[in-house]
Amino acid sequence: MAGIISYGAYIPLWRLSRDAIAQAWGSGSTGGERSVTNNDEDTVTMAVEAAINCAGGLEREAIDGLYFASTTPPYKEKECATLVAAAADLRPEIITADFGNSLRAGTAALRAALHAVSSGSAKSVLVTASDCRIGYPRSTYEQSFGDAAAALLISNTAKPIVTMESSFPISNEMYDVWRLDKDTYVQSWEDRFIIQHGYIENMEKAISGLMKKEGLSAKDISKAIFYAPTARSQQELARRLGFDAKTQLQDLLISNVGISGCAHALLMLVAALEEAKPGNKLLMASYGSGADAFLLRVTDEIEKVKGNKRGVKGVIKSKKPLSSYVRYLSYRGLLEPQPGEPFRLFPAATTSWRERNWAIRMHGSKCKNCGTVHFPIERVCYNCRSKDNYEEVRLSDKKARVFTYSLDNLAGRSDDPTIPQLTVEFELGNARSYMVMTDCDPKEVAIGMPVEMTFRRIYEGAGMYNYFWKCRPVR
Amino acid sequence: MESIKDKVAIIGMGCSKFGERWDAGIDDMVIESAYEAYEDAGIDPKDIQACWYGTVTQPLIGMGCTNLAEPLKLHGIPMTRVENWCCTGHEALRNACLGVASGMYDLVLALGAEKLKDTGFPGLGTGRGMSPVLEARRTAPGSFAMVATRYFYTYGLSPEEGKRTIGKIAVKSHYNGSMCPKAHFRNKITLEQVMNAPIIAWPLGLFDCCGNSDGSAAAIIVPALEARKYRDDPIYIKGLGMSFSALLPQNRPGFDWLHFEELVNSSRQAYEQAGVTNPREQIDIAEVHDCFSSTELIIYENFRFSPEGKAKEDIDSGFFELTGGLPVNTDGGLKCFGHPVGASGLRMTYEVYKQLQGKAQSPERQLKNVRLGLSHTFGGPPQTSAVAILGKELGYP
Repeated sequence: MAGIISYGAYIPLWRLSRDAIAQAWGSGSTGGERSVTNNDEDTVTMAVEAAINCAGGLEREAIDGLYFASTTPPYKEKECATLVAAAADLRPEIITADFGNSLRAGTAALRAALHAVSSGSAKSVLVTASDCRIGYPRSTYEQSFGDAAAALLISNTAKPIVTMESSFPISNEMYDVWRLDKDTYVQSWEDRFIIQHGYIENMEKAISGLMKKEGLSAKDISKAIFYAPTARSQQELARRLGFDAKTQLQDLLISNVGISGCAHALLMLVAALEEAKPGNKLLMASYGSGADAFLLRVTDEIEKVKGNKRGVKGVIKSKKPLSSYVRYLSYRGLLEPQPGEPFRLFPAATTSWRERNWAIRMHGSKCKNCGTVHFPIERVCYNCRSKDNYEEVRLSDKKARVFTYSLDNLAGRSDDPTIPQLTVEFELGNARSYMVMTDCDPKEVAIGMPVEMTFRRIYEGAGMYNYFWKCRPVR
Repeated sequence: MESIKDKVAIIGMGCSKFGERWDAGIDDMVIESAYEAYEDAGIDPKDIQACWYGTVTQPLIGMGCTNLAEPLKLHGIPMTRVENWCCTGHEALRNACLGVASGMYDLVLALGAEKLKDTGFPGLGTGRGMSPVLEARRTAPGSFAMVATRYFYTYGLSPEEGKRTIGKIAVKSHYNGSMCPKAHFRNKITLEQVMNAPIIAWPLGLFDCCGNSDGSAAAIIVPALEARKYRDDPIYIKGLGMSFSALLPQNRPGFDWLHFEELVNSSRQAYEQAGVTNPREQIDIAEVHDCFSSTELIIYENFRFSPEGKAKEDIDSGFFELTGGLPVNTDGGLKCFGHPVGASGLRMTYEVYKQLQGKAQSPERQLKNVRLGLSHTFGGPPQTSAVAILGKELGYP
């Protein structure tokens, strides 16, 4: 039976206090903090994190599809799902697709995955949703938005932890929030109009439509997982539908993360699953040019996935304060940082293509003769010189430690001048590699420090974004 | 394998003023060093039968020997450009020596030159290697600082103790460089200045990093037995070591960051050719690759100047100072004389050559009883090292 068999999430390490934004503008603060992607992150890298978090410990060979949903993908033309799938080291013979444009893109991808698995065209599809929307400086969106990604594995190969019982869609053509193809910032019409005739009206139609179809009333639902642009609109919706906001409403994650676009409904679902009990009925609804309501049932299997490193709770707690609002502007490219010393390298589509197995999949080579592990892949073994006698091994999920390091003040951009340069040693075969550390306080770097791998956007060159792996302190 | 010992000799050398040569292009500096070498050797440019030209930071599609042939108007003879990271100057010298030793040429020019100060920024730039992403943020200071970090860790030096130890190397280099008219930096500094300087790549501060300089240096090489026809005090090549390692140290399985195979191998080769069995006692002057003070520290041990883990004791006792048992970087080294990459190996050899002849610029720097000297460069991530041993007497040691 098709259902969700695993979940994953990613929230960037950096959090910006809303008071800091308000202080910069001399405006009011809505309180709490929002997540902010680092200057080497984007929706693809966040989706990779969520995908790996979701697939961690599972057999990745069994996955035969990956969907990527985002309203803020790094490319307008060029698939991102293929990049996420490769970085997550899925095999090439899989279905991939990008879902975009709508805030409902995340639930649209989920629905498509369920259909693909139910119809038998795929056995196991990994759904990722990731967003990094930008509000106009000083706007309420700038405070309310957050950056995050979520992932769900839809499969019929194992007993599901959650089954999809029913759904109810509403399509609604209107301008409430939008961006033109050339826009950086989210535009919107007057708040009172878009909440009343956009959010409330359409969510109500979808949710009540679903409940009527299934013969349910509010008291039958264990958790109402309602996407909302604001806490107030979420509570108004709950009240109108007869849900108790205190006990039934899933936390909007606005005080500590922010509204993460098309990823948000799935992110809230993941948070709900971390607390869910067998037999719980969950009602999830997402909004964007209409609404999608889903009825989900939690199975006994839920207990088996708890307690591992998956989900939202851990990454909400793992955080560092972003030192200033200016830094947020710079990380998002709204201020232009001064580059560090000029690059001596020349990106090329050909090079990226040839290097894809180690640069994107993070494969090393393990010598079949002597067992030496290299990263990147070495055709001739350093230790025994065996030629082309190796198997590729994945290092992106392997533990490593700092062997030696330096804190380089020349190599970084002006908004992040210090680059920790490292020699790391992996537990697997004691493979060594040069790496850069990200998401850290340079002062905490030390020999012997445990690190984990993270997929990042390295720099822009030759008209392309170039991605590669860095390491970070274990989160 | 034969040894190069006493097969070839240097009969003339030249070295341009090093520094931020806003006034001079690479052509001007090539002319400066070449004409000093011609005059020193007492030769005419038409006597030159072949050339080896070392330069590193040329445009992507290369420059060949255009920057050598055109300013010097050398014409119709074999000319080869060599490039091997920071060992480039030594590689020009080594290949020129081999050309003469082969018997094919009787008089050749080895010249290295580099123009770094037309880039608009102070360092060597960020990003190394062939991959667009793998080493996208790697820099020279960031790489060599890893040597210091691991050394301090291994020998239990606190960052403060470690920085003071390598800082003393920088103080020595500035003292020595202050007496060299052609050096880039000629200011004396104190250990407190070193300790308080801005950090370039932790643990290395500003004074732990060498000068980013323009400059050129040149040598005229002839068969050893012909040398005294040109001058009374030719300097003989005693050994030429060179070693390249199979992986950058960051990626080398099991590498301890204390014993650089390229340093150990290149010095061993040169010692064996020269007949040096106890370098600490037998070498009278050494010009080693102090791109960063941490590099000079590790070289002391890898070259067997100091026992393993004991370089600190020798630094503290002043063993490598001008008045010490083995003066190192008597002209200020890369730190103060400057490091125009392709010229450096020949500039270091120039200092050894002059000291062996008793003709060090500024007589107060002249060492006494100098019979055997060593020059050395160490380059890449690092990955390669070249050593030349020179002496003033045939048959010694």
